[in-house]
Amino acid sequence: MISGEEIVNLSRLQFGLTAMYHFLFVPLTLGLAFILAIMESVYVMTGKVVYKDMTKFWGKLFAINFAMGVTTGITLEFQFGTNWAYYSHYVGDIFGPILASEGWMAFFLESTLVGLFFFGWDRLTKVQHLAVTWLVAFGTSFSALWILIANGWMQYPVGSAFNYETLRMEMASFADVFFNPVAQVKFVHTVAAGYVTGSMFVLGISAWYLIRRRDLGFARRSFSIAAAFGLASVLSVIVLGDESGYTSGEVQKIKLAAIEAEWDTHEPPASFTIIGFPDQEAEKTHFAIKVPYVLGLIATRSVDEDVKGLKDLRAESAKRIRSGMIAYGQLQKIRAGDKSEPTKTLFDQHITDLGYGLLLKKYTADPASASEEMIQQAANDTIPRVAPLFWTFRLMVAAGFTMLFVFAMAFYFCATRVADQKKWLLRLATWCIPLPWIASEAGWFVAEYGRQPWTISGVLPTHLSASNISSDQLWFSIGGFVFFYTALLIIEMFLMIKYVRLGPSSLHTGKYYFETNPAASVP
Amino acid sequence: MFDYETLRIIWWLFTGVVIIAFVLTSGFDFGICALLPFVGRNDLERRAVINTVGGTWEGNQVWLVLLGGALFAVWPLVYATLFSGLYVAMLLVLFALFFRPAGFDYRSKLENPAWRNAWDWGLFIGGAVPPILLGVLVGNLVQGVPFHFDADLRPYYDGSFFALLNPFALFCGVLGLLISLFHGAIYLKWRTEGVLYRRALAVVRVLGPVVIGAVTLAALWVVFGMNLPEITAMPGTDAPSNPLNKTVAMTSGWLRQFMSHPWMLVAPALGFGGLLLAWRSALEHTSVGAFLFSSLGITGVLLSLGFGLFPYLVISSTDPNHSLTIWDASSSHFTLALAFWITVIFLPIVLAYTRWVYRVLWGSVTPEKVLKDQHSLY
Repeated sequence: MISGEEIVNLSRLQFGLTAMYHFLFVPLTLGLAFILAIMESVYVMTGKVVYKDMTKFWGKLFAINFAMGVTTGITLEFQFGTNWAYYSHYVGDIFGPILASEGWMAFFLESTLVGLFFFGWDRLTKVQHLAVTWLVAFGTSFSALWILIANGWMQYPVGSAFNYETLRMEMASFADVFFNPVAQVKFVHTVAAGYVTGSMFVLGISAWYLIRRRDLGFARRSFSIAAAFGLASVLSVIVLGDESGYTSGEVQKIKLAAIEAEWDTHEPPASFTIIGFPDQEAEKTHFAIKVPYVLGLIATRSVDEDVKGLKDLRAESAKRIRSGMIAYGQLQKIRAGDKSEPTKTLFDQHITDLGYGLLLKKYTADPASASEEMIQQAANDTIPRVAPLFWTFRLMVAAGFTMLFVFAMAFYFCATRVADQKKWLLRLATWCIPLPWIASEAGWFVAEYGRQPWTISGVLPTHLSASNISSDQLWFSIGGFVFFYTALLIIEMFLMIKYVRLGPSSLHTGKYYFETNPAASVP
Repeated sequence: MFDYETLRIIWWLFTGVVIIAFVLTSGFDFGICALLPFVGRNDLERRAVINTVGGTWEGNQVWLVLLGGALFAVWPLVYATLFSGLYVAMLLVLFALFFRPAGFDYRSKLENPAWRNAWDWGLFIGGAVPPILLGVLVGNLVQGVPFHFDADLRPYYDGSFFALLNPFALFCGVLGLLISLFHGAIYLKWRTEGVLYRRALAVVRVLGPVVIGAVTLAALWVVFGMNLPEITAMPGTDAPSNPLNKTVAMTSGWLRQFMSHPWMLVAPALGFGGLLLAWRSALEHTSVGAFLFSSLGITGVLLSLGFGLFPYLVISSTDPNHSLTIWDASSSHFTLALAFWITVIFLPIVLAYTRWVYRVLWGSVTPEKVLKDQHSLY
């Protein structure tokens, strides 16, 4: 028996909630860690104490956020086993060592050294402490590298093969898994998005101090560093956009076509639909506004390759499902003891489509003898819902370009030394603080929702991946997560806002606003 | 470089190393958090207690994360079966752990006494609940866990959350807490002076005999009350991992491995000797010695369990043929070798910088020192 649909849906809901919640804190950790390292480097090079104060103050905000990142990260480490037991068995041979590498090489580094960052100021030399800060920053990004290699493999599972004796996928080449093009593109895109998040956070809060004419020297310097680092980062995010990874593998192609609401394959070069209203039933996009050439350029980096439409991709899925049925049939024969050459040869010829055969398990216990109708249903399943992907992708891009504008203006006016007089820019920067979070969550949604119906693209369907647990157990855990995560978020936001309002006065150096202005009431 | 059989044994050892490292380091963090509301009678005392582990608990917790990662990578069926089977217990451990990062970091960020007091009890939960539940887990591993697989190797748990709470497992839960408190008090004593030192010492003085008595009782319970399956047929120690291909028979007695390999008796000797000497050293005010012996004692207790269960990782109580052993629940030869090299390279590096961090942050923590650094310490 396979877990019922309710169990799978609740498990997905829980994983989606907890992963997206974790991702509220990760990008800020990634970005702020590097900004701290930059600020402290300037302190060590120039000896100006204000840069040390900057490192310490933004470090306090970093700490408030980091604690939540740690709290919510362990959830994910547990959750593959608790909720996705069959997934854990089926791909543990590849996915497990990547997560373990993250532990050995990155999470240990950042978690062990972060204590020294907070408590080592008077116990280390300046250069030693700076080294610790940089190592924490590299540790966080290195952590992201491994996680995105793991995620990249789920999107485009290279370097591995199915073993009929152990009934699971096993690793064939670590180099292929590590240098997976999808993973590498995702890594650069995601950490750069983290750097943008850290920059927007520092830029917006510094702008708020500048508007209030508080701690000007402190705020102006923070603003400049955030503007420069943010501009470089946002350009990386956009130029090294994730879309170049969408040409690898069938499932990624389907995701690209869904993002663009590209129902039919057109003559190259493909045009880009800026906006429109995708209609899943009618399989077309109403009121589409298109720009010629652009999609072809983005997706294929050429003007003469075509970008396949969803209808054609679905037909290809159906073809692979038929091939997967043969693979499944042969696998059953082998398991029943028939290890003759013809059986094995036929199995080997179709083995890469085994996952497509497994899609039929949703409709029949024996995929090898599925009906034509079931094949069509399974092929339909390989096409995700277009509208949510279409809209979240555009939300992400719009947020990205807005931030590009803000960082470009901030950088320009910093260079001309008039940034703190541009009230409109300061206000805009403050209002834009939520944008990187919106963009990150939207991007995560596109990547993960767009991979459905698979947990491992083309290899393992989601509906087979979940644990055999009861819906009572799931409601218990979802209830627990909602309770704890809501309470923790309220506490975290409360502390964050309190310390942002206090500003560098929270360092108790005696130099800053609330300490030098007795009239001002401490928040 | 190594054959499949050797790598499976090496990984049995490495898994033990990670478990021991987790219990020895996070063990005292748990114990100290569980003692926090009782040994610290005012805010400054409590802050001193928290700051004995404040800079290092986070690195210690990574051993748990790594243990999860290592099970996933090296024994995927163990990870899948245990985590999904013991669903509610694992989530309760997780929820209890939630209290720690925020408890450590947020507690001192506001002056309000009610706020601080609330977090002290939060840290208490984060310190007391995981050792109890992990003790219950170990108690169930010793007896066997009710699970089986279908033909696709999909794990099914045949028990309930309350089936986990059998008398022996509950006793192991209490034992887990006692050992954490003992180990934690010994570490706390080492890192403080004055009144906190005296209170920690009082805890050690009382708990020493209790812990040794409880370990003895648990040992007798296992020796006289537990059975182990014996493998009667299996494909070979280097065969592809598939737990459905062997048969076992239940035998009487849990001491089979110790009977055929008497040298393994070193482990229980180390356990009892270590705990006893830890108690003695503490009473003689030898802090380093007490911590060292306490660590050796806990290592001995864990090794005794590991040796006794070898080659089993998880015994199935409902279908013993489906029990997971190191011969039929491991990752592929390739992945074991890969994980081996990663571990061989990174384990020493991690130990080296962990040692450095402890050295830099070393020194006794007292309420006076906390007062002096009140804006930067936890």
